[in-house]
Amino acid sequence: METLTILIPVSLFLGGLGLVAFMWALRTRQYEDPEGDARRILRKDWDDKPAP
Amino acid sequence: MSAAEATPLSACPACVALPATEALAEARRRAAEAGIVLSVPGLGDAQDMTRAEEAARALPGVGRARVNLTQKRLSVTATPEVTAERLIAALAAQGIEAHELDTALLTSTENELRGRDLLMRLGVAGFSMMNIMLLSVAVWSGAEAATRDLFHWLSAMIALPTLAFAGQPFFASAYASLKARRLGMDVPISLALILSSAISLFETIKGGEHAYFDAAVSLCFFLLIGRYLDFRSRAAARSAAEELAALEVPRAIRLEDGAERLVPIAEIAAGDLVLVRPGGRMPVDGEVTAGQSELDRSLLTGETLPIRAVAGTLVSAGEVNLTGPLTVRVTAAGRDSSLHRMADLVAVAESTRNRYMSLADRVARRYSPSVHILALASFIGWMIHSGGDVRLAVNVAAAVLIITCPCALALAVPSVVTAASGKLFRKGLLIKDGTALERLAEVDAVVFDKTGTLTLGTPDLVPGAQRAGDLAVARALASGSSHPLSRALAAGEGPRAEVTEITERPGYGVEGRFQGQSVRLGRADWVGALGGEQTSAWLQVGNEPPVEFRFADRLRPGAAELVAALKARGIPVRLLSGDSAGPVARLAADLGIADWKAGVLPAEKAAEVEALRAEGRRVLMVGDGLNDTVALAAAHVSISPASALDAARVASDIVLLGRDLAPISDALRIARVARRRIKQNFGLSLAYNAVAVPVALMGLATPLIAAVAMSTSSLTVTLNALRLR
Repeated sequence: METLTILIPVSLFLGGLGLVAFMWALRTRQYEDPEGDARRILRKDWDDKPAP
Repeated sequence: MSAAEATPLSACPACVALPATEALAEARRRAAEAGIVLSVPGLGDAQDMTRAEEAARALPGVGRARVNLTQKRLSVTATPEVTAERLIAALAAQGIEAHELDTALLTSTENELRGRDLLMRLGVAGFSMMNIMLLSVAVWSGAEAATRDLFHWLSAMIALPTLAFAGQPFFASAYASLKARRLGMDVPISLALILSSAISLFETIKGGEHAYFDAAVSLCFFLLIGRYLDFRSRAAARSAAEELAALEVPRAIRLEDGAERLVPIAEIAAGDLVLVRPGGRMPVDGEVTAGQSELDRSLLTGETLPIRAVAGTLVSAGEVNLTGPLTVRVTAAGRDSSLHRMADLVAVAESTRNRYMSLADRVARRYSPSVHILALASFIGWMIHSGGDVRLAVNVAAAVLIITCPCALALAVPSVVTAASGKLFRKGLLIKDGTALERLAEVDAVVFDKTGTLTLGTPDLVPGAQRAGDLAVARALASGSSHPLSRALAAGEGPRAEVTEITERPGYGVEGRFQGQSVRLGRADWVGALGGEQTSAWLQVGNEPPVEFRFADRLRPGAAELVAALKARGIPVRLLSGDSAGPVARLAADLGIADWKAGVLPAEKAAEVEALRAEGRRVLMVGDGLNDTVALAAAHVSISPASALDAARVASDIVLLGRDLAPISDALRIARVARRRIKQNFGLSLAYNAVAVPVALMGLATPLIAAVAMSTSSLTVTLNALRLR
C-alpha cells in the first residue's frame, strides 16, 4: 500500500508530461496541415541539405 | 445545440457594425503581410506539392511558397509586382488549376483560435479520463474502506478542475439557451455533469460506495469530440462561404463633362453617362449612346452568340463588353437595375429553403425533453418508493441523466458529416451549407444549365474545310484581338502568316494587310457573307469569297459520364437553357437528354424548378450564370462550378472546385450513404439507451455500468461513421 504514495504521483506526472507535450504541439501549429506534413517528410528534396 | 453561436440581437446595429469594419481593416492589414493565397483543388500527393511550390518559386519576386495539402491552399509571399493572375498562369503552365482567394475575408485566425481552444479542452479531458479510469479500475475490482476513499478523493481532485475547465463550452451554451427560454441539448448535458459530480463529491465526503467521476469526465470527453467535429465541419463550411464571397466594390466610370471618374455604383443615377471599356462588365442598365462593340450575354441569358451593340442598343447589367469602348446612358442603376431585381428574386426563393430542419434537430427536439422527464420521474419515483431517501433518489437520477445523456447522439451526426465532407472535399466539392449534405441525399431530379455548366463556356474551333493558308492568316489576325473567338483561334497550334497593320474594328472584327492584300476577320455581314445560327467568324482575303470558321462550345469533362450515371440510377435529368434551340438540341442529343427546353428566361427557370417541387420532387440544380441564380436558390439543393459568377456561387450550397463534373455523381452517392449512416447511428444510440435506461431506472446502474454503456455506444457510433466509403 505504501508504494501507492509513490506510484500515483509518478503516474500522474508522466500523464501530465504527455498533456504538456500535446499542448506544445498545439501551440506550435503542428496540427495545421497533417496531410501535407505526412507526405512532406517522405520527399527527397532536402535530404542532402537543409531547406533554405 | 447552436445557441452559443447565434449572434445576439443588438438594439444599435451601428455598434456591431463598427467593430466589424475595424476587424476587416485588421484582416486586410494581415492579408497584405500574408501575400497571396490560392486555392489549388487538384493537388493530390507529394509530387504535386513539389511541382506547385517550385512553379510558384520560379517566378521572379516570389519569396516563400508553401502548400497546405489539408486545406488545398498555396500561400505565397512576394513583391507587389507578382499578381495572383501571373501565379495562376504559371501554375496553369504546369497543369495545376488554381483560383484566387480573397485573403482579407479569410478570417481563419479567429476560427483557428476557437478550434485550438476546443482541442485543448479535449486534450485535458482525455488526460483526466485516462487517469480516473485507471483509479476506478481499482475501485471496481473491489477496493474497500480507506483505499476506496483515497481513490475517490484522488478522482475528485482530478475530475472537478477538469470538468470546470473542459465543460465550459456546454455550460456557456446551456446558460445561453436557458436565457432564451429554450431547452437545447446542452441543458441536459450540463445538468448531468453538474449533478453527477456534486453527488459524487457528496458520496466521497460521506465515504459512500458509488462515485461517478469517471463517467462524468468520459461523458465530457466524448461530447467534446462531437463538439470539435461539429465545429470543424461548420468552420469548413463558413470559410468556404467566405472564400467565395469576393469583396469587390462594384465601380463604374462616369463621364462628367468629358472627364472620366471612377465612382462606386451606388452614386450612379439614371441619366448619367457611363463608359464601359472592352472586357468590362456592364455596371448598370442603359442605352448605348456612342461606340460600337459586341456584347457577351451568356452569363445573363445563356446565349453563346455575342450580339452587336451600336448606338441605341439596350444593355443590361452583367453583360460583358467584348471589343470596343461603349458610352451608355443609364436608365436604371442600383436597386432598380435588372441585376438587383434578380437578387430580390433570389432572396425570396431562398427563404423557403431556410425552413429546412436537419435530421439531428428533429431528433434533438423530441429527445431533449424526454431526458429531463425521465430523470425527474426516477427521482420522484425513488423518493416515494424509498420513503424519502433523498440521497438514494438523487443517485438514481444522476445515473439516469448520465446514461440518457445524448452522448452518442451528439457524436452521431458530426462524425458522419466530417467523414463525408472530407471525402467530398478530396473530390473537389466544397460544402457551403451545413444541411446541404442531407438535402443532397434526398435529390430525385436534376436540372442542368447549358452554357458554362455542361459546357465550358469558351468557344473552340470546329475543324472544317479551311485551307492551311487561310488558317495561318486567321490565326495571325486573331492574335490582335481579345474577342473570345479570336482568342480561341489564336490559341490553336500551327503556323502564323505575316500579317501587318493589324487593327481592330470594334463591333466588326480585325483587319490587316497580307501580301499586299487587305484581309479581314470578323462578323459575317462585315465581310459580305450570310451569317447562320452557328457561332462563327468569317475571313476574307482580298476579293476572294469569305471563308467560315465555326466554333462550338466545348463539353465540360465528365458531363457525359455524369448524365449517363444519373440516368442509370433512374434520376430524371432536365436541361434548361437560355440559348437558342439549335445548340441546345445538339448538346441534348450528344448527352442523351430527352427533356430539354431552350430560350428559357431566368424567371421561367425558377418557375420550372418550382413546378417540379410542386410535383413533390426534390430538385438538384446545377448552374453557373446569373440567369440561374433564382433557380439555384429555389431548388432543394444546388451546385455551381468554381468558374461561375459570384452571385451564382453565393446562391448555391455546394461549389465544384475542379473543371470536371463527374464528382457530382460521387457526391450524390456519398450523401446517400452518409444519411443512411446517420440514421443507423441514431438507431444504435437509441438501442443502447433502451437497454441501459431501464437498468438505471431500477437503481441497478453502478458507475461501472454507466461508464461502459457510454463509452461503447460512443465508440460504436464513431466507428460506424468511419466505415463511410
